[in-house]
Amino acid sequence: MADLSARYTPREDDASIGDFFALMKPRVMSLVIFTALVGMLAAPAGLHPIVGFASLLCIAIGAGASGALNMWWESDIDSRMGRTRNRPIPSGRVTRDEALAIGVGLSVISVVMLAVFANILSAVLLAGTIAFYGGFYTMWLKRRSPQNIVIGGAAGAIPPVIGWTVATGAISVEPLLMFAIIFLWTPPHFWALALWKRREYTEAEVPMLPVVAGPKATRVQVIVYSVLLAISSLALVFTAVAGPAYTLTAIVSNAIFCWLAWTVYRRDEDTAIAEKYGAEKKLFAFSLTYLALIFASLLIDEALRSAGWI
Amino acid sequence: MTDSEVHKRRLGRNVFVGVALFAFVVLIFAVTMVKLQAL
Repeated sequence: MADLSARYTPREDDASIGDFFALMKPRVMSLVIFTALVGMLAAPAGLHPIVGFASLLCIAIGAGASGALNMWWESDIDSRMGRTRNRPIPSGRVTRDEALAIGVGLSVISVVMLAVFANILSAVLLAGTIAFYGGFYTMWLKRRSPQNIVIGGAAGAIPPVIGWTVATGAISVEPLLMFAIIFLWTPPHFWALALWKRREYTEAEVPMLPVVAGPKATRVQVIVYSVLLAISSLALVFTAVAGPAYTLTAIVSNAIFCWLAWTVYRRDEDTAIAEKYGAEKKLFAFSLTYLALIFASLLIDEALRSAGWI
Repeated sequence: MTDSEVHKRRLGRNVFVGVALFAFVVLIFAVTMVKLQAL
């Protein structure tokens, strides 16, 4: 019998499980899981918990696969930015080939298993999202257009729609409004970050809006998208999935979001530098809370409905 | 990093893959049972 162990030379920097997990962008995955779960639970259809769990796992693995493909393609950019320099590939803990194998392998597994566990529509949406994010956005759009974040945001916005289709097998206005909320939330969220990380994006040659169009134009876009976000978010109030918790949360959180966006819009670059981009950092931080609150309130309303209180 | 540490790390990876495969089988079984009951 051949000694297989002799064919493998252990590398000193062999990746641990944690490194492979980091490759799947766990923070993005947690957002995907949460929003897909909300879409699934808010849908007016009964879903067995085991089927729901298995489907959610597929959606999470699909998101992780997209993240691995993104890191595989962008390892050159990641190595040039302080924020991403310690990621598994630029730090040398995972090779590009390993990342590609994980990305492609998990993509296929997640899509096929979602078709088996849930339905073909959900699997097609997941496959389309992986192709859109891992292929179109990562490999083509991101390095060519200052609108990269706007268009690429569609990939991050689709999980609640997939969650909804897992439960119902169809698409309706409610998941489309949830899609619109995340889609319109993405630009002000990332542009707030890009405003104070402009130099890093310039050095990495990523054409983010503040790099290409300048801070002033970006600040205008931030307020425009924040207003559009408020409109789409408040539109969901008039659908069946929204209740008192969502209505209250949407009114208050959109008011805060628009106020913070307004403070970002009003300042010029000199003031922002003098104040160490305090307003931009506040908007970025609140945008994370905003999304969590908006989707958590939909879960609260669903719980209230289930308890027969509304 | 010593040989022992490298092998310990590889063992961790192998155990994880084993547990993940077992969990996958259990999940397939559970979903199959649910779908059969729904027929």
